[in-house]
Amino acid sequence: MIARIVAGEPHLFHDLIRPYERRVYAMALSFLHNEADAEDAAQDAFLKAFRNLAGFRGESQFGTWLISITLNEARSRLRRTKAAPMTSLDLDPDEPGAVSPALLRDWREIPSQALERQEVRVLLQEAIAALPENYRTVFLLRDVDELGTNEAAAVLNITVASLKVRLHRARMMLQKSLAPSLKHLNPTRRWFQWL
Amino acid sequence: MVIECKHVWEHISGYLDGTLDPALLAIVQLHLEHCEICSAILDSTRNILILTADDRVFELPMGFSERLHSRLDEEIRSAAG
Repeated sequence: MIARIVAGEPHLFHDLIRPYERRVYAMALSFLHNEADAEDAAQDAFLKAFRNLAGFRGESQFGTWLISITLNEARSRLRRTKAAPMTSLDLDPDEPGAVSPALLRDWREIPSQALERQEVRVLLQEAIAALPENYRTVFLLRDVDELGTNEAAAVLNITVASLKVRLHRARMMLQKSLAPSLKHLNPTRRWFQWL
Repeated sequence: MVIECKHVWEHISGYLDGTLDPALLAIVQLHLEHCEICSAILDSTRNILILTADDRVFELPMGFSERLHSRLDEEIRSAAG
């Protein structure tokens, strides 16, 4: 399809990008923390992909290439606005050092129906957005976009070993920040006295 | 071989991804069977991953696609001259 678009059927680009709309938007939102800015960044990323499609060599998958463009777009917007916290420079994301999880004695499953509630979606979005960038990008690529380990490592230009370390830490950080709040979503167990 | 909780935590991701080697998997599994704290950490992490992977978490704003494709149409028209 890409060859046809470049060869003179640009309208096919509409179909090419439809499967990637949510992925691109989610990545932009996790950087920019604001729906309107994320939408602008996502639109610009798609337009840049369209303008540069002839330069796409097919060495990576189109989706991987598109996400790289989105990451660059989101990062350059952040640099311009300086609105978002930068990743701490004194923390090497790949150095040994454990992230302690939230300690719980039991866990009652939060059903996916809970996502019908806006407050739950916002809670999850904010927890992901609060991760340091090195961990957030890995988490989004692997656990939200469901890219393979090698593909995600290629997008971020890091080794597979680093990717695994960062993913583990991202997951533990999310468990630590989310588990205590999510636990309260489950209704308190009620005990009835038998008469 | 007995393994401490903090060492089990280091392998939660590998356990969920199914990438632990068989010997380590057996040790972690044995610990999980007897440790309610580590089991709760594992269950909560798994549950959080299921929730965050759901399409509804990052739902597109209303009209997102229409605005995107309309802007793309403008771009295509201007590229065509």
